Amino acid sequence: MGPLVPYIFSNEFSLVIALLSGIGFGFALEQAGFSSTKKLVGLFYGYDFTVLKVFFTAGVTAMIGVLLLSHFGFLDLNLIYVNPTFLWSALVGGAIMGLGFVIGGFCPGTSVCAAAIGKIDGLAFVFGSALGIIIFAEAYPFFETIYLAENWGPVLINETLGMSKLAFAFLLTAIAFIAFYFTHKIEDKVSKRQSNFSKKKIIVYISGISLAFITLVFITITPSKEEVIASKIQDPKIQQNIVFNEVDSDALAFEIANNYYKINVIDVRSPEEYEAYHLPMAINIPFDELGNRQWHKVFTQNLKTNYFYADDESLVRETYVWASYLGESENFILTEDTKIFKEKFSPVIKMPSGDSKSEMDTYIYRKDLTDKMNVLVEALKNLTAPVKVKEVKIKGGC
Amino acid sequence: MKSKAYMNPYLAGIILGLVLLGTIYITGRGLGASGAVKSVALSTITELAPEHTENTTYLKEYAENYDGPLKNWLVWEVIGVVIGAFFSGVLSNRVGLQLERGAKVSEITRIGTAILGGLLFGLGSQLGRGCTSGSALSGMAVMSFGGIITMMAIFGSAYAFAYFFRNLWLK
Repeated sequence: MGPLVPYIFSNEFSLVIALLSGIGFGFALEQAGFSSTKKLVGLFYGYDFTVLKVFFTAGVTAMIGVLLLSHFGFLDLNLIYVNPTFLWSALVGGAIMGLGFVIGGFCPGTSVCAAAIGKIDGLAFVFGSALGIIIFAEAYPFFETIYLAENWGPVLINETLGMSKLAFAFLLTAIAFIAFYFTHKIEDKVSKRQSNFSKKKIIVYISGISLAFITLVFITITPSKEEVIASKIQDPKIQQNIVFNEVDSDALAFEIANNYYKINVIDVRSPEEYEAYHLPMAINIPFDELGNRQWHKVFTQNLKTNYFYADDESLVRETYVWASYLGESENFILTEDTKIFKEKFSPVIKMPSGDSKSEMDTYIYRKDLTDKMNVLVEALKNLTAPVKVKEVKIKGGC
Repeated sequence: MKSKAYMNPYLAGIILGLVLLGTIYITGRGLGASGAVKSVALSTITELAPEHTENTTYLKEYAENYDGPLKNWLVWEVIGVVIGAFFSGVLSNRVGLQLERGAKVSEITRIGTAILGGLLFGLGSQLGRGCTSGSALSGMAVMSFGGIITMMAIFGSAYAFAYFFRNLWLK
């Protein structure tokens, strides 16, 4: 599941990806004509809207692709970098950049492209942008107030507009196509040309437009991977058909005391309940957080057996179904709740007063395991705390 | 030999969009450009005048979590841009020393305005935390509010100022 860095590729290897992405980026920009200022500034004088066409097409393509990948569970949207919003610096900085665009005729990416094919003005622009960055760094105290004002964090535009991601995607795609149509009309007018579209071209354009919308409709009407799993684990029929591996407290306690290194004991209750009391060696993965990436490995490994428990039987069964869909780990559920476990295995349990041998045996068995588990918990205090997998927020930026 | 025509803008846009999508899928972040210039410019200063970096808030903060340009994602990406653009230029026969300028504009003026424009863009990209590619394009792909308003500010302001600089570009 994406993003692949740093989970699958290392950060160092990502530099190779950077080089490759850059090659694609530079190639597309240069092919589109972004190495020519005349083509770039055409946008502002109405004779050439290439920038708008390329820019919007790229944005819409990537946006729909991001939605599609996350729909199928290939990309975790919680982990991708979303530029934070600092309202005033975004607006003022943007305005300064716009002025620089009209005067210089480039933006940083396109100036690099221009310089790469030998344009001296492109090189001059790159030099200028280095100067501008240095000036900003030197004059930072002057800009600081506005630079840090109105920090809204990584808000999404659809949230700000109060709509779903998909609704915004539809809206932006529609705006893009309308803009393509009208800018084409404007180009015709300004450059006094009469454009004829061949039948083939018209078919290609209509297919492109349809493809974008059909993809969005597809994402809207089909359930996402998460929804499919969620509906499966709620489905009583599936729950009936699945063979649950079950253990009782005595068996689980034996495993904990003797095979602790081969098992994961997983508490799917809330953190508060976990704090109040939990089984020895248990880690806490609240039911709602099962899907979080940091736990992914727990469910997809096949080296250790997972034992789930909660005080609610249906909850623990849902977890079991969920885990069996997700991965290869061998899973068990504890059929008894934590109260029973606590009663059976606490240091204060009393020796039976009667003479029944079986009662005595049970007492000794449980006392033994309790002591063993206590020793383990003490010895492994630092190890049992769940290893916090740092959710590395990817740093982006430009 | 005449240079080849530019690619159909929609096709180029789709290619660019797929490159962007691939980058987001693999690395979780979008494309950028000004950050690479920043990395080179600021680390040059740090190398030449380490004391100065210590005394300048913005430089100091930048230098603290920084391993040098060769460990920087954006620097490698922009090296890629140079390679990709050069390759495209060679394919389409557009490589060669040249200076593109409006008919009324002298060469000196053009170089001067390119530097000035770059300067403004560089400064603005620091204030706005990203330029056209990092903020606007990548921001649009992930629906960042900040990225999209930066985009609107860039193009809005460019339209607002375009009239005053028409002599630079139009005949």
